[in-house]
Amino acid sequence: MSQRKRLSNTQSSSQSKRQSGASAAQEENDDTTFTQPSTSQVQRGMQKLTPAQVDQKTAEVVQYFLVKDQKKIPVRRADLVKHVVKEYRTIYPEIMKRASRTFDQVFGLKMIEIDAKNHMYILINKLEPGDGASPIKSPTNPKMGLLFVILSVIFMKGGVVRENLIWNTLKKLRVDPGEKHEEFGDIKKVVADEFVRQRYLEYVRIPHTEPVEHEFRWGQRADVEISKTKILEFMGQLHEQDPQSWSQQYREAHSVSGSTQPGSSSR
Amino acid sequence: MSRQMGDSHRRFLQTMMANGIVDEQGARTLYQYCCETHNTQHAPDKLDDFIDAINSNLQPMFMQIRKGMSEDNGHQFYALVNMTETVVTRMSSDYADNELELFRKTMDLIVVSENGTASSTDVLNSADTLTTKKLKKSETEHLLNRLVHDKWLCENRGEYTLSTRCIIEMEPYIRAMYQEQIKVCHICHNIAFQCQICENSTCGIKIHNPCVARYFKGRAEPRCPACEDFWPHEIPEVRRPQSQSRR
Ligand SMILES: [Zn+2]
Ligand SMILES: [Zn+2]
Repeated sequence: MSQRKRLSNTQSSSQSKRQSGASAAQEENDDTTFTQPSTSQVQRGMQKLTPAQVDQKTAEVVQYFLVKDQKKIPVRRADLVKHVVKEYRTIYPEIMKRASRTFDQVFGLKMIEIDAKNHMYILINKLEPGDGASPIKSPTNPKMGLLFVILSVIFMKGGVVRENLIWNTLKKLRVDPGEKHEEFGDIKKVVADEFVRQRYLEYVRIPHTEPVEHEFRWGQRADVEISKTKILEFMGQLHEQDPQSWSQQYREAHSVSGSTQPGSSSR
Repeated sequence: MSRQMGDSHRRFLQTMMANGIVDEQGARTLYQYCCETHNTQHAPDKLDDFIDAINSNLQPMFMQIRKGMSEDNGHQFYALVNMTETVVTRMSSDYADNELELFRKTMDLIVVSENGTASSTDVLNSADTLTTKKLKKSETEHLLNRLVHDKWLCENRGEYTLSTRCIIEMEPYIRAMYQEQIKVCHICHNIAFQCQICENSTCGIKIHNPCVARYFKGRAEPRCPACEDFWPHEIPEVRRPQSQSRR
């Protein structure tokens, strides 16, 4: 094998990956080529393979998810089948079942489908944050603070806001979307592109606006990963106000029952 | 046969995934923290056992938490390493081809050097000899910064060394790649980059600086453990681990 290949492998667990993803629009139609195999197809497929082959393919799927998760990019079924599963597509459901079990039992992560139409998956942390602070400070992504502010604004404004409100709020916090930010770079790109690709935000054109205007909503990842209770607590501290005084938001934050309620925002 | 994992193991693994490398002291307190958080039994002398349980479950994924020593201060570290040889990791590479070529050339410089370092001047010069796409001076400097930031290289006054993480993770690769060119420590038998060398030309064994410190500690007259000749180098002090030391 070539040295370069070996090198690129060992480099892969690095913290800071650069994204080389193709545009979402271009990939939009690929999924139509994949049809979910039936149970009997899976059974027949499994008979043709050795357990070692199935394990190896499962490991590749797990690795693929972990790499994408570092950048918080959801995994599209179409990409997964095309780049990883490939000729094992007849046993796709079995491989996904095993990968999911591995995430659960080994990594303490849960694989969930956030977009049933486009078949997109993300990993969320099953472990609640510990009571005390961890003795090992994991590197945190400073962009998450920015995201938290934006999600708070959207939530407090009832779930949807025009983009100008976001840009003005950020400007007040000295994060000017018109200027290149020292730490975040191009703010508009981070907010309207990166957070959107990660599915933390939805950024949709408002019809019949001239000049063109967009609005922001919570994305599917935010729904499962970010706790609205935490956001209200944060707002309460910020305004020195009881979270219950925002009665509508308070009801919404506490209406989501048990299992689907995100426990933490700390991944 | 994989051993049963609990949430304490999973929390430990998640922290390793987020950090890449943790020093021994950090790993010990993390082990205790994870056990306390999940009300499981914590035995201070069972850290390696605890990690073995995680490793037995990581093995099917070609991942491992591996232990290694920092050549700089002799402290033990734990790094999460990835041993896959799959298309997945290849396509998700962090660096462009010419950047990897430059990193390989830097590694060449470090391996053949006497003292396990490469100067920034030498690295910049080798950037001119890239067979893939050439890198400009500013691009090379930026790349070196990134390699340091990603914990593959360490930099000290314009001299580059391989980081502890890099040595732990790349050891099999480096052994296979450089074979007889690599130095091996006479004391701990791991690869040695920054080390002292016996001056007896028929002997010439190598010992890591921290291994020198530990081996000769308290001995009146240092003698080579292989040929018994006088050991002419300065004997460094043994450095005690602190709770949070550099990587
Ligand atoms: Zn040694
Ligand atoms: Zn000797």
